[in-house]
Amino acid sequence: MGMTITEKILARHAGRDRVEPGELISARVDAVLGNDITAPLAIKEFEKIGVDRVFDPERVYLVPDHFVPNKDIKSAEQSKLMREFARKQELVHYFEVGRMGIEHCLLPEQGLVVPGDVVIGADSHTCTYGALGAFATGVGSTDLAAAMALGETWFKVPETIKFVYEGELPKWVSGKDLILYTIGDIGVEGARYMAMEFTGPVIEKLSMDGRFTICNMAIEAGAKNGIVPPDETTSEYVRERAKRPYRFEHSDPDAQYARTITYDVSWIEPQVSFPHSPDNTRPVTRATHVEVDQVVIGSCTNGRIEDLRVAARILKRQKVHPNVRLIVFPGTQAIYLQAMNEGLLQTFIEAGGAVSTPTCGPCLGGHMGILAKGERAVATTNRNFIGRMGHPESEVYLSSPAVAAASAITGRITHPEEVI
Amino acid sequence: MQLEGKTWKFGDNIDTDQIIPARYLNTSDPAELAKHCMEDADAGFAAAVSPGDIIVGGSNFGCGSSREHAPISIKSAGVSCVIAASFARIFYRNAFNIGLPILECAEAVEGISQGDEVAVDAGTGTIKNLTRGKEYQAKPIPPFMQEVIAAGGLIEHVKRKLG
Repeated sequence: MGMTITEKILARHAGRDRVEPGELISARVDAVLGNDITAPLAIKEFEKIGVDRVFDPERVYLVPDHFVPNKDIKSAEQSKLMREFARKQELVHYFEVGRMGIEHCLLPEQGLVVPGDVVIGADSHTCTYGALGAFATGVGSTDLAAAMALGETWFKVPETIKFVYEGELPKWVSGKDLILYTIGDIGVEGARYMAMEFTGPVIEKLSMDGRFTICNMAIEAGAKNGIVPPDETTSEYVRERAKRPYRFEHSDPDAQYARTITYDVSWIEPQVSFPHSPDNTRPVTRATHVEVDQVVIGSCTNGRIEDLRVAARILKRQKVHPNVRLIVFPGTQAIYLQAMNEGLLQTFIEAGGAVSTPTCGPCLGGHMGILAKGERAVATTNRNFIGRMGHPESEVYLSSPAVAAASAITGRITHPEEVI
Repeated sequence: MQLEGKTWKFGDNIDTDQIIPARYLNTSDPAELAKHCMEDADAGFAAAVSPGDIIVGGSNFGCGSSREHAPISIKSAGVSCVIAASFARIFYRNAFNIGLPILECAEAVEGISQGDEVAVDAGTGTIKNLTRGKEYQAKPIPPFMQEVIAAGGLIEHVKRKLG
Protein backbone atom coordinates (compact mmCIF):
# COMPACT_ATOMS: atom_id res chain seq x y z
CA MET A 1 0.00 0.00 0.00
CA GLY A 2 1.30 3.45 -0.89
CA MET A 3 1.90 6.45 1.31
CA THR A 4 0.83 10.07 1.18
CA ILE A 5 3.40 12.87 0.92
CA THR A 6 2.87 13.62 4.63
CA GLU A 7 3.50 10.00 5.61
CA LYS A 8 6.62 9.80 3.43
CA ILE A 9 8.17 12.92 4.93
CA LEU A 10 7.43 11.75 8.46
CA ALA A 11 8.73 8.22 7.78
CA ARG A 12 12.03 9.53 6.44
CA HIS A 13 12.50 11.79 9.48
CA ALA A 14 11.68 8.91 11.81
CA GLY A 15 14.30 6.72 10.08
CA ARG A 16 11.60 4.34 8.92
CA ASP A 17 10.52 2.84 5.60
CA ARG A 18 6.89 3.55 6.30
CA VAL A 19 4.51 4.91 8.88
CA GLU A 20 0.78 4.41 9.35
CA PRO A 21 -1.82 6.97 10.38
CA GLY A 22 -2.42 6.87 14.13
CA GLU A 23 1.13 5.69 14.97
CA LEU A 24 3.16 7.69 17.48
CA ILE A 25 6.63 8.37 16.13
CA SER A 26 9.70 10.28 17.16
CA ALA A 27 10.99 12.34 14.25
CA ARG A 28 14.04 14.46 13.56
CA VAL A 29 13.20 18.13 12.90
CA ASP A 30 15.01 20.16 10.22
CA ALA A 31 14.21 23.41 11.95
CA VAL A 32 12.23 24.88 14.85
CA LEU A 33 10.96 28.41 15.30
CA GLY A 34 9.51 30.73 17.87
CA ASN A 35 8.36 34.34 18.08
CA ASP A 36 8.33 37.10 20.70
CA ILE A 37 5.20 35.70 22.40
CA THR A 38 6.04 32.00 22.40
CA ALA A 39 9.86 31.91 22.51
CA PRO A 40 10.29 33.60 25.91
CA LEU A 41 8.21 30.83 27.53
CA ALA A 42 10.15 28.21 25.55
CA ILE A 43 13.48 29.69 26.63
CA LYS A 44 12.47 29.52 30.30
CA GLU A 45 11.51 25.85 29.85
CA PHE A 46 14.67 25.12 27.82
CA GLU A 47 16.79 26.44 30.66
CA LYS A 48 15.14 23.99 33.07
CA ILE A 49 16.32 21.04 30.96
CA GLY A 50 19.93 21.63 31.92
CA VAL A 51 21.62 21.45 28.50
CA ASP A 52 23.98 24.26 27.57
CA ARG A 53 23.37 24.52 23.85
CA VAL A 54 20.51 24.17 21.41
CA PHE A 55 20.76 21.13 19.13
CA ASP A 56 21.98 23.25 16.20
CA PRO A 57 22.39 27.05 16.18
CA GLU A 58 21.64 27.10 12.44
CA ARG A 59 18.29 25.33 12.87
CA VAL A 60 16.66 27.36 15.64
CA TYR A 61 14.91 30.38 14.09
CA LEU A 62 13.74 33.22 16.33
CA VAL A 63 11.63 35.96 14.81
CA PRO A 64 10.27 38.84 16.87
CA ASP A 65 7.15 39.74 14.89
CA HIS A 66 4.02 39.85 17.05
CA PHE A 67 4.49 42.94 19.22
CA VAL A 68 7.40 44.60 17.41
CA PRO A 69 8.53 47.29 17.08
CA ASN A 70 7.71 46.84 20.75
CA LYS A 71 4.42 48.32 21.81
CA ASP A 72 5.06 48.59 25.54
CA ILE A 73 7.58 47.88 28.28
CA LYS A 74 6.39 44.35 28.99
CA SER A 75 6.62 43.29 25.35
CA ALA A 76 10.04 44.94 25.10
CA GLU A 77 11.18 42.78 28.02
CA GLN A 78 9.95 39.68 26.18
CA SER A 79 11.86 40.66 23.04
CA LYS A 80 14.95 41.41 25.08
CA LEU A 81 14.88 37.97 26.69
CA MET A 82 14.67 36.39 23.24
CA ARG A 83 17.42 38.60 21.77
CA GLU A 84 19.79 37.79 24.65
CA PHE A 85 19.13 34.08 24.28
CA ALA A 86 19.83 34.30 20.52
CA ARG A 87 23.17 36.03 21.22
CA LYS A 88 24.16 33.65 24.00
CA GLN A 89 23.34 30.62 21.86
CA GLU A 90 24.93 32.26 18.79
CA LEU A 91 21.81 31.58 16.73
CA VAL A 92 22.50 32.27 13.07
CA HIS A 93 18.89 33.08 12.19
CA TYR A 94 17.61 35.65 14.63
CA PHE A 95 15.86 38.49 12.79
CA GLU A 96 16.00 41.94 14.34
CA VAL A 97 13.55 44.79 13.70
CA GLY A 98 14.43 46.29 10.34
CA ARG A 99 15.58 42.93 9.01
CA MET A 100 12.63 40.83 10.13
CA GLY A 101 9.28 39.97 8.70
CA ILE A 102 6.20 38.05 9.68
CA GLU A 103 7.77 34.64 10.37
CA HIS A 104 5.68 32.65 7.91
CA CYS A 105 6.38 35.08 5.08
CA LEU A 106 10.03 35.47 6.07
CA LEU A 107 11.35 31.93 6.52
CA PRO A 108 10.29 30.58 3.10
CA GLU A 109 11.47 33.81 1.44
CA GLN A 110 14.90 33.36 3.09
CA GLY A 111 15.08 29.74 1.94
CA LEU A 112 15.19 28.54 5.53
CA VAL A 113 12.34 26.11 5.04
CA VAL A 114 12.63 23.80 2.03
CA PRO A 115 10.61 21.02 0.39
CA GLY A 116 10.70 17.72 2.26
CA ASP A 117 11.45 19.37 5.63
CA VAL A 118 9.90 18.59 8.97
CA VAL A 119 9.48 21.88 10.80
CA ILE A 120 7.76 22.68 14.07
CA GLY A 121 7.05 26.19 15.23
CA ALA A 122 5.58 27.68 18.35
CA ASP A 123 2.96 29.41 16.27
CA SER A 124 -0.17 27.78 14.93
CA HIS A 125 0.33 29.15 11.40
CA THR A 126 3.58 27.20 10.99
CA CYS A 127 1.44 24.99 8.73
CA THR A 128 2.01 27.67 6.03
CA TYR A 129 5.22 25.91 4.87
CA GLY A 130 3.24 22.95 3.61
CA ALA A 131 2.94 25.05 0.44
CA LEU A 132 6.56 24.08 -0.28
CA GLY A 133 5.84 20.36 0.06
CA ALA A 134 7.18 20.29 3.61
CA PHE A 135 5.59 18.89 6.77
CA ALA A 136 5.16 21.83 9.12
CA THR A 137 2.97 22.15 12.18
CA GLY A 138 2.35 24.42 15.13
CA VAL A 139 3.18 23.43 18.70
CA GLY A 140 3.33 25.16 22.08
CA SER A 141 6.32 26.64 23.85
CA THR A 142 7.23 23.55 25.90
CA ASP A 143 7.31 21.39 22.77
CA LEU A 144 9.56 24.02 21.19
CA ALA A 145 11.84 23.94 24.26
CA ALA A 146 12.16 20.15 24.09
CA ALA A 147 12.88 20.23 20.35
CA MET A 148 15.47 23.01 20.79
CA ALA A 149 17.31 20.62 23.11
CA LEU A 150 16.79 17.33 21.27
CA GLY A 151 16.42 18.20 17.58
CA GLU A 152 13.48 15.84 17.49
CA THR A 153 9.89 15.66 18.61
CA TRP A 154 7.01 13.18 18.72
CA PHE A 155 4.06 13.12 16.35
CA LYS A 156 0.93 11.12 15.88
CA VAL A 157 0.95 10.34 12.16
CA PRO A 158 -2.17 12.07 10.84
CA GLU A 159 -4.73 10.66 8.44
CA THR A 160 -5.01 12.72 5.27
CA ILE A 161 -7.98 14.34 3.57
CA LYS A 162 -7.29 14.92 -0.11
CA PHE A 163 -8.84 18.01 -1.65
CA VAL A 164 -9.09 18.19 -5.43
CA TYR A 165 -9.83 21.59 -6.98
CA GLU A 166 -11.14 21.35 -10.54
CA GLY A 167 -12.45 23.81 -13.11
CA GLU A 168 -11.32 27.34 -13.92
CA LEU A 169 -10.71 29.89 -11.19
CA PRO A 170 -13.07 32.83 -11.89
CA LYS A 171 -11.71 36.38 -12.02
CA TRP A 172 -11.07 37.86 -8.53
CA VAL A 173 -11.16 34.44 -6.92
CA SER A 174 -7.86 33.68 -5.18
CA GLY A 175 -6.20 31.11 -2.94
CA LYS A 176 -7.80 32.90 0.02
CA ASP A 177 -11.26 32.36 -1.40
CA LEU A 178 -10.53 28.67 -1.99
CA ILE A 179 -9.45 28.09 1.58
CA LEU A 180 -12.32 30.13 3.08
CA TYR A 181 -14.71 28.17 0.88
CA THR A 182 -13.12 24.87 1.98
CA ILE A 183 -13.26 25.76 5.70
CA GLY A 184 -16.84 26.93 5.22
CA ASP A 185 -17.61 23.51 3.76
CA ILE A 186 -15.86 21.20 6.25
CA GLY A 187 -16.05 23.42 9.37
CA VAL A 188 -13.50 24.57 11.93
CA GLU A 189 -12.95 21.04 13.14
CA GLY A 190 -13.50 19.34 9.80
CA ALA A 191 -9.84 18.29 9.59
CA ARG A 192 -9.04 18.11 13.32
CA TYR A 193 -5.76 16.21 13.85
CA MET A 194 -5.54 15.51 10.09
CA ALA A 195 -3.41 16.44 7.11
CA MET A 196 -5.07 18.46 4.33
CA GLU A 197 -3.49 17.69 0.96
CA PHE A 198 -4.40 20.32 -1.63
CA THR A 199 -4.32 19.02 -5.21
CA GLY A 200 -5.86 19.29 -8.65
CA PRO A 201 -5.44 21.40 -11.77
CA VAL A 202 -6.43 24.64 -10.01
CA ILE A 203 -3.72 24.20 -7.37
CA GLU A 204 -1.18 23.27 -10.07
CA LYS A 205 -1.83 26.63 -11.77
CA LEU A 206 -1.74 28.56 -8.49
CA SER A 207 1.29 30.72 -7.62
CA MET A 208 3.42 30.04 -4.54
CA ASP A 209 1.85 33.06 -2.82
CA GLY A 210 -1.61 31.56 -3.34
CA ARG A 211 -0.42 28.19 -2.06
CA PHE A 212 1.05 29.76 1.09
CA THR A 213 -2.32 31.40 1.78
CA ILE A 214 -4.15 28.09 1.45
CA CYS A 215 -1.79 26.09 3.67
CA ASN A 216 -1.64 28.95 6.18
CA MET A 217 -5.30 28.47 7.06
CA ALA A 218 -5.28 24.64 7.34
CA ILE A 219 -5.16 25.16 11.12
CA GLU A 220 -8.47 27.01 10.86
CA ALA A 221 -10.06 23.66 9.92
CA GLY A 222 -8.29 22.07 12.90
CA ALA A 223 -5.66 20.39 10.69
CA LYS A 224 -2.25 19.32 11.84
CA ASN A 225 -0.73 20.33 8.51
CA GLY A 226 -1.65 21.47 5.04
CA ILE A 227 0.46 20.37 2.10
CA VAL A 228 0.74 20.97 -1.65
CA PRO A 229 2.57 18.51 -3.94
CA PRO A 230 5.79 20.22 -5.07
CA ASP A 231 6.13 20.94 -8.79
CA GLU A 232 7.79 23.31 -11.26
CA THR A 233 6.27 26.35 -9.48
CA THR A 234 7.85 25.12 -6.24
CA SER A 235 11.18 24.57 -8.02
CA GLU A 236 11.21 28.09 -9.37
CA TYR A 237 10.53 29.48 -5.91
CA VAL A 238 13.15 27.50 -4.01
CA ARG A 239 15.92 27.24 -6.63
CA GLU A 240 17.46 30.62 -5.85
CA ARG A 241 16.47 30.71 -2.21
CA ALA A 242 17.15 27.34 -0.59
CA LYS A 243 19.87 27.46 2.04
CA ARG A 244 19.85 23.66 2.34
CA PRO A 245 19.40 20.70 -0.03
CA TYR A 246 15.77 19.83 -0.56
CA ARG A 247 13.75 16.86 -1.65
CA PHE A 248 10.44 16.59 -3.47
CA GLU A 249 8.13 13.91 -2.14
CA HIS A 250 4.89 12.86 -3.80
CA SER A 251 1.91 10.81 -2.70
CA ASP A 252 1.76 7.36 -4.24
CA PRO A 253 -1.16 6.67 -6.58
CA ASP A 254 -2.40 4.01 -4.13
CA ALA A 255 -1.96 6.14 -0.99
CA GLN A 256 -4.79 5.82 1.50
CA TYR A 257 -6.94 8.83 2.28
CA ALA A 258 -9.54 9.24 5.01
CA ARG A 259 -11.66 11.13 2.46
CA THR A 260 -11.32 12.76 -0.94
CA ILE A 261 -13.28 15.95 -1.49
CA THR A 262 -13.56 17.42 -4.97
CA TYR A 263 -14.68 20.98 -5.70
CA ASP A 264 -15.53 22.51 -9.06
CA VAL A 265 -14.35 26.06 -8.45
CA SER A 266 -15.67 27.50 -11.73
CA TRP A 267 -18.74 29.00 -10.09
CA ILE A 268 -17.19 30.10 -6.76
CA GLU A 269 -17.47 33.79 -5.85
CA PRO A 270 -14.99 35.68 -3.67
CA GLN A 271 -15.72 34.52 -0.11
CA VAL A 272 -16.22 36.36 3.17
CA SER A 273 -16.15 34.75 6.63
CA PHE A 274 -18.55 36.42 9.01
CA PRO A 275 -17.94 36.81 12.77
CA HIS A 276 -16.95 34.94 14.85
CA SER A 277 -15.69 31.87 13.05
CA PRO A 278 -13.62 31.27 9.91
CA ASP A 279 -16.16 28.66 8.78
CA ASN A 280 -19.03 31.17 8.79
CA THR A 281 -18.41 31.75 5.10
CA ARG A 282 -20.69 33.38 2.53
CA PRO A 283 -20.25 34.56 -1.07
CA VAL A 284 -19.30 38.26 -1.19
CA THR A 285 -22.55 39.23 -2.92
CA ARG A 286 -24.37 38.18 0.23
CA ALA A 287 -22.16 40.42 2.38
CA THR A 288 -22.40 43.75 0.58
CA HIS A 289 -24.69 45.30 3.24
CA VAL A 290 -21.92 45.14 5.88
CA GLU A 291 -20.39 48.58 6.58
CA VAL A 292 -16.82 48.63 7.87
CA ASP A 293 -14.68 51.04 9.92
CA GLN A 294 -11.30 49.50 9.14
CA VAL A 295 -9.67 47.49 6.37
CA VAL A 296 -6.52 45.48 7.09
CA ILE A 297 -4.45 44.09 4.22
CA GLY A 298 -1.46 41.95 5.19
CA SER A 299 -0.52 39.21 7.71
CA CYS A 300 1.06 35.77 7.33
CA THR A 301 -2.01 34.85 5.31
CA ASN A 302 -2.04 37.66 2.74
CA GLY A 303 0.97 39.94 3.19
CA ARG A 304 2.93 38.78 0.13
CA ILE A 305 3.76 40.73 -3.02
CA GLU A 306 0.96 39.25 -5.10
CA ASP A 307 -1.53 40.24 -2.38
CA LEU A 308 -0.25 43.82 -2.37
CA ARG A 309 -0.30 43.97 -6.19
CA VAL A 310 -3.94 43.00 -6.45
CA ALA A 311 -4.89 45.47 -3.69
CA ALA A 312 -2.95 48.27 -5.40
CA ARG A 313 -4.51 47.48 -8.75
CA ILE A 314 -7.95 48.07 -7.23
CA LEU A 315 -6.92 51.14 -5.21
CA LYS A 316 -5.05 52.85 -8.08
CA ARG A 317 -6.48 56.35 -8.62
CA GLN A 318 -9.19 55.65 -6.05
CA LYS A 319 -9.75 57.08 -2.57
CA VAL A 320 -10.34 55.27 0.68
CA HIS A 321 -13.88 55.96 1.92
CA PRO A 322 -13.98 58.86 4.42
CA ASN A 323 -15.29 56.59 7.19
CA VAL A 324 -12.63 53.91 6.68
CA ARG A 325 -9.09 53.44 8.00
CA LEU A 326 -7.04 51.37 5.55
CA ILE A 327 -3.93 49.74 7.05
CA VAL A 328 -1.52 47.81 4.82
CA PHE A 329 1.13 45.47 6.29
CA PRO A 330 3.74 44.02 3.93
CA GLY A 331 4.89 40.61 5.21
CA THR A 332 8.65 41.20 5.17
CA GLN A 333 11.21 43.93 4.57
CA ALA A 334 11.94 42.44 1.13
CA ILE A 335 8.26 42.52 0.20
CA TYR A 336 8.03 46.07 1.57
CA LEU A 337 10.97 47.14 -0.59
CA GLN A 338 9.62 45.40 -3.66
CA ALA A 339 6.22 47.02 -3.12
CA MET A 340 7.98 50.38 -2.88
CA ASN A 341 9.94 49.80 -6.08
CA GLU A 342 6.80 48.74 -7.92
CA GLY A 343 4.98 51.88 -6.77
CA LEU A 344 2.42 49.94 -4.77
CA LEU A 345 3.10 51.80 -1.53
CA GLN A 346 2.62 55.09 -3.34
CA THR A 347 -0.77 53.86 -4.54
CA PHE A 348 -1.82 52.95 -0.98
CA ILE A 349 -0.66 56.27 0.42
CA GLU A 350 -2.23 58.35 -2.38
CA ALA A 351 -5.48 56.48 -1.82
CA GLY A 352 -5.39 57.56 1.84
CA GLY A 353 -4.15 54.36 3.44
CA ALA A 354 -1.53 53.80 6.14
CA VAL A 355 1.44 51.53 5.38
CA SER A 356 3.10 49.79 8.32
CA THR A 357 6.36 48.01 8.94
CA PRO A 358 5.90 44.20 8.96
CA THR A 359 4.24 42.96 12.17
CA CYS A 360 1.52 40.53 13.25
CA GLY A 361 0.11 43.41 15.38
CA PRO A 362 -3.46 43.99 14.20
CA CYS A 363 -4.26 40.40 13.22
CA LEU A 364 -4.25 39.23 16.82
CA GLY A 365 -5.36 42.49 18.42
CA GLY A 366 -1.84 43.22 19.60
CA HIS A 367 -1.21 46.74 18.34
CA MET A 368 -1.27 48.89 15.16
CA GLY A 369 -4.98 48.81 14.45
CA ILE A 370 -7.03 47.74 17.48
CA LEU A 371 -10.81 47.98 17.14
CA ALA A 372 -13.02 49.83 19.62
CA LYS A 373 -16.32 48.49 20.95
CA GLY A 374 -18.83 48.03 18.14
CA GLU A 375 -16.32 48.60 15.34
CA ARG A 376 -16.09 46.37 12.32
CA ALA A 377 -13.16 45.44 10.10
CA VAL A 378 -12.71 43.50 6.91
CA ALA A 379 -9.30 41.87 7.04
CA THR A 380 -7.15 39.58 4.90
CA THR A 381 -6.03 37.87 8.12
CA ASN A 382 -6.92 34.36 9.27
CA ARG A 383 -9.12 34.57 12.37
CA ASN A 384 -12.30 36.41 13.25
CA PHE A 385 -12.77 35.04 16.75
CA ILE A 386 -14.46 37.11 19.48
CA GLY A 387 -12.14 39.98 20.41
CA ARG A 388 -9.49 38.90 17.90
CA MET A 389 -8.71 42.42 16.67
CA GLY A 390 -9.59 44.33 19.81
CA HIS A 391 -12.72 44.88 21.89
CA PRO A 392 -14.74 41.70 22.55
CA GLU A 393 -17.70 43.48 20.96
CA SER A 394 -15.87 44.35 17.74
CA GLU A 395 -16.19 42.28 14.57
CA VAL A 396 -13.80 40.93 11.94
CA TYR A 397 -14.84 39.76 8.46
CA LEU A 398 -12.22 37.71 6.62
CA SER A 399 -11.66 38.17 2.89
CA SER A 400 -9.14 38.21 0.06
CA PRO A 401 -6.96 41.29 -0.61
CA ALA A 402 -9.14 42.11 -3.64
CA VAL A 403 -12.36 42.23 -1.61
CA ALA A 404 -10.63 44.12 1.21
CA ALA A 405 -9.29 46.77 -1.18
CA ALA A 406 -12.67 47.20 -2.88
CA SER A 407 -14.33 47.49 0.55
CA ALA A 408 -11.89 50.23 1.56
CA ILE A 409 -13.16 52.35 -1.34
CA THR A 410 -16.90 51.92 -0.73
CA GLY A 411 -16.93 51.61 3.08
CA ARG A 412 -18.86 48.36 2.95
CA ILE A 413 -17.95 44.81 1.91
CA THR A 414 -17.70 44.95 -1.86
CA HIS A 415 -17.08 42.71 -4.86
CA PRO A 416 -14.01 44.05 -6.72
CA GLU A 417 -16.01 44.13 -9.96
CA GLU A 418 -18.10 46.95 -8.49
CA VAL A 419 -15.19 49.41 -8.27
CA ILE A 420 -13.13 48.44 -11.32
CA MET B 1 -5.13 11.90 40.97
CA GLN B 2 -8.53 12.62 42.54
CA LEU B 3 -10.06 15.98 41.65
CA GLU B 4 -13.35 17.48 42.75
CA GLY B 5 -15.00 20.77 42.04
CA LYS B 6 -17.85 22.87 40.75
CA THR B 7 -18.19 22.96 36.96
CA TRP B 8 -18.15 25.91 34.60
CA LYS B 9 -19.75 25.07 31.30
CA PHE B 10 -18.75 26.54 27.94
CA GLY B 11 -19.83 25.83 24.35
CA ASP B 12 -18.14 24.40 21.27
CA ASN B 13 -15.01 25.81 19.62
CA ILE B 14 -13.73 27.79 22.60
CA ASP B 15 -10.61 29.27 20.99
CA THR B 16 -7.44 30.27 22.79
CA ASP B 17 -8.16 33.95 22.06
CA GLN B 18 -11.21 33.63 24.32
CA ILE B 19 -9.23 31.69 26.93
CA ILE B 20 -6.50 34.34 27.08
CA PRO B 21 -6.85 37.35 24.73
CA ALA B 22 -3.65 38.52 22.98
CA ARG B 23 -3.89 41.89 24.75
CA TYR B 24 -2.51 40.08 27.81
CA LEU B 25 0.25 38.16 26.03
CA ASN B 26 2.93 40.74 26.72
CA THR B 27 3.76 38.64 29.78
CA SER B 28 4.09 34.93 30.52
CA ASP B 29 3.65 35.37 34.29
CA PRO B 30 1.11 32.68 35.33
CA ALA B 31 -0.45 34.87 38.04
CA GLU B 32 -1.05 37.72 35.57
CA LEU B 33 -2.49 35.33 32.97
CA ALA B 34 -4.81 33.81 35.61
CA LYS B 35 -6.45 37.21 36.18
CA HIS B 36 -7.77 37.19 32.60
CA CYS B 37 -8.57 33.50 32.20
CA MET B 38 -11.58 32.88 29.91
CA GLU B 39 -12.17 36.65 29.79
CA ASP B 40 -13.66 36.88 26.30
CA ALA B 41 -15.92 33.86 26.88
CA ASP B 42 -17.09 34.92 30.36
CA ALA B 43 -15.74 38.22 31.70
CA GLY B 44 -16.69 37.28 35.29
CA PHE B 45 -14.99 33.87 35.31
CA ALA B 46 -11.54 34.75 36.66
CA ALA B 47 -12.97 36.62 39.66
CA ALA B 48 -15.52 33.93 40.51
CA VAL B 49 -13.64 30.68 39.91
CA SER B 50 -12.59 28.72 43.03
CA PRO B 51 -9.56 26.44 43.41
CA GLY B 52 -10.40 22.95 42.19
CA ASP B 53 -13.23 24.04 39.88
CA ILE B 54 -13.59 22.20 36.59
CA ILE B 55 -14.08 23.66 33.10
CA VAL B 56 -16.43 21.72 30.85
CA GLY B 57 -16.19 22.56 27.14
CA GLY B 58 -17.90 21.28 24.01
CA SER B 59 -16.08 20.09 20.92
CA ASN B 60 -12.75 21.46 19.61
CA PHE B 61 -11.84 23.11 22.92
CA GLY B 62 -8.69 25.25 22.68
CA CYS B 63 -8.72 25.75 18.90
CA GLY B 64 -6.83 28.57 17.20
CA SER B 65 -3.55 30.02 18.38
CA SER B 66 -0.79 27.77 19.77
CA ARG B 67 -0.29 30.05 22.79
CA GLU B 68 0.65 27.89 25.78
CA HIS B 69 -0.46 30.86 27.84
CA ALA B 70 -4.00 29.44 27.46
CA PRO B 71 -3.58 26.22 29.48
CA ILE B 72 -1.21 28.11 31.82
CA SER B 73 -3.91 30.70 32.57
CA ILE B 74 -6.44 27.92 33.24
CA LYS B 75 -4.07 26.01 35.50
CA SER B 76 -2.92 29.05 37.42
CA ALA B 77 -6.52 30.24 37.88
CA GLY B 78 -6.87 27.14 40.06
CA VAL B 79 -8.91 25.04 37.64
CA SER B 80 -8.18 21.38 38.43
CA CYS B 81 -9.04 19.91 35.04
CA VAL B 82 -10.82 20.45 31.73
CA ILE B 83 -13.40 18.01 30.40
CA ALA B 84 -14.44 18.47 26.77
CA ALA B 85 -16.16 16.54 24.00
CA SER B 86 -12.93 17.00 21.99
CA PHE B 87 -9.79 19.13 22.07
CA ALA B 88 -7.91 20.99 19.36
CA ARG B 89 -4.56 19.25 18.85
CA ILE B 90 -2.09 21.97 19.91
CA PHE B 91 -4.03 22.69 23.11
CA TYR B 92 -4.11 18.94 23.80
CA ARG B 93 -0.31 18.67 23.60
CA ASN B 94 0.23 21.86 25.57
CA ALA B 95 -2.04 20.78 28.42
CA PHE B 96 -0.14 17.51 28.91
CA ASN B 97 3.21 19.25 28.55
CA ILE B 98 2.47 21.70 31.36
CA GLY B 99 0.62 19.23 33.59
CA LEU B 100 -2.99 20.40 33.23
CA PRO B 101 -5.23 17.30 33.38
CA ILE B 102 -7.68 17.11 30.47
CA LEU B 103 -10.30 14.48 29.71
CA GLU B 104 -12.19 13.78 26.51
CA CYS B 105 -15.76 12.60 27.10
CA ALA B 106 -18.73 13.78 25.03
CA GLU B 107 -21.26 11.91 27.22
CA ALA B 108 -20.03 13.63 30.39
CA VAL B 109 -20.23 17.02 28.68
CA GLU B 110 -23.81 16.22 27.71
CA GLY B 111 -24.70 15.12 31.25
CA ILE B 112 -23.11 17.98 33.19
CA SER B 113 -24.86 21.31 33.77
CA GLN B 114 -23.31 24.59 34.89
CA GLY B 115 -22.53 24.42 38.62
CA ASP B 116 -22.78 20.64 39.03
CA GLU B 117 -20.32 19.11 41.52
CA VAL B 118 -18.08 16.66 39.69
CA ALA B 119 -15.38 14.24 40.88
CA VAL B 120 -12.67 13.09 38.46
CA ASP B 121 -10.05 10.36 38.69
CA ALA B 122 -7.48 11.73 36.25
CA GLY B 123 -5.60 8.43 36.27
CA THR B 124 -8.45 6.13 35.27
CA GLY B 125 -10.54 8.76 33.45
CA THR B 126 -13.62 8.16 35.58
CA ILE B 127 -15.93 11.20 35.81
CA LYS B 128 -18.67 11.26 38.46
CA ASN B 129 -21.41 13.86 38.40
CA LEU B 130 -22.09 14.04 42.16
CA THR B 131 -25.04 16.42 41.71
CA ARG B 132 -26.88 14.06 39.37
CA GLY B 133 -25.49 10.69 40.45
CA LYS B 134 -24.16 9.76 36.98
CA GLU B 135 -20.81 8.22 36.06
CA TYR B 136 -18.86 8.45 32.81
CA GLN B 137 -15.66 7.04 31.37
CA ALA B 138 -13.32 9.37 29.44
CA LYS B 139 -11.30 8.23 26.42
CA PRO B 140 -8.04 6.52 27.46
CA ILE B 141 -4.91 8.68 27.52
CA PRO B 142 -2.35 7.61 24.87
CA PRO B 143 0.64 5.70 26.36
CA PHE B 144 3.16 8.40 25.42
CA MET B 145 1.08 11.01 27.23
CA GLN B 146 0.96 8.73 30.27
CA GLU B 147 4.77 8.64 30.24
CA VAL B 148 4.86 12.45 30.11
CA ILE B 149 2.42 12.65 33.01
CA ALA B 150 4.38 10.06 35.01
CA ALA B 151 7.57 12.06 34.49
CA GLY B 152 5.83 15.24 35.70
CA GLY B 153 5.57 17.05 32.37
CA LEU B 154 7.50 17.14 29.10
CA ILE B 155 10.56 18.95 30.45
CA GLU B 156 11.09 16.31 33.13
CA HIS B 157 10.54 13.63 30.49
CA VAL B 158 13.26 15.20 28.28
CA LYS B 159 15.62 15.49 31.27
CA ARG B 160 15.26 11.75 31.91
CA LYS B 161 15.85 11.02 28.24
CA LEU B 162 19.04 13.10 28.23
CA GLY B 163 20.10 12.01 31.70
